[in-house]
Amino acid sequence: MSILFAVLVISAKNPVHSILYLVLTFFTFTIQYILLNAQFVAIVNFIVYMGAILVLFLYTLMLINLNKDSEPMKTNLVKIAAVLGGGCLLVVVVAALKVIGVSDPVLIKDPNLGLVKNLGKILFNEFLLPFEISSLLLLSAMVGAVLLATKDPKTT
Amino acid sequence: MESFFKTAQTVPLNHYILLSAIIFAIGVMGVLIRRNAIVIFMSIELMLNAVNLLLTAFSVYRGDATGQVFVFFIMALAAAEVAVGLAIIVMIYRNTNSIDINVLNRLKW
Repeated sequence: MSILFAVLVISAKNPVHSILYLVLTFFTFTIQYILLNAQFVAIVNFIVYMGAILVLFLYTLMLINLNKDSEPMKTNLVKIAAVLGGGCLLVVVVAALKVIGVSDPVLIKDPNLGLVKNLGKILFNEFLLPFEISSLLLLSAMVGAVLLATKDPKTT
Repeated sequence: MESFFKTAQTVPLNHYILLSAIIFAIGVMGVLIRRNAIVIFMSIELMLNAVNLLLTAFSVYRGDATGQVFVFFIMALAAAEVAVGLAIIVMIYRNTNSIDINVLNRLKW
């Protein structure tokens, strides 16, 4: 399912359709997280990706206002070369997987591993400093985005 | 529903790695094929999500919560990256009136 939607993301001509397929892909990923009993990651994926990032994409598309399919596609040679390159990457990874040859089932050893309570304890004990630094990163990204997106009165 | 979760727990680790690899390869192909800057960004999001899924699968497999904390940080990073990147795309669009990346091959205008 998610493979199908991911293929549709990169093959859809209209960018709006592409974004909607991306929503479906992220939804299937959320289902995977729930199956892995990773509750916290599933919720964060649902809210951040399907809520925030996709709305951001849609707003940008609205601002840019691509009313026509103005995108000329690349030539067939470049396309074939790109697919070959991606296929080579896939083959290398799968071959490495075959060499390693682990096929144990993913057993959920600790049933409350991915719950919010447990992850919160780890996040605020061992990973307190990276957590604070990531807040700084988000702040600087916000300031940078606002600075870039506002019009410069001197140049324009 | 309970039996469904029981069968879901017997999915081999290989399948998760395979799914992540396929999604990652699709993302790489998307970056290489398309010329629309926004679609390239979405392909990058696909690649990040593949890595997230792999990290979560390994974290559950090992019974170690560190992987899921790492996924959380990757998501924060992706949000920041998307905000800055889309701002850059809007700026490019204002300057060149298109989001075709081949317009930018001169590195100045």
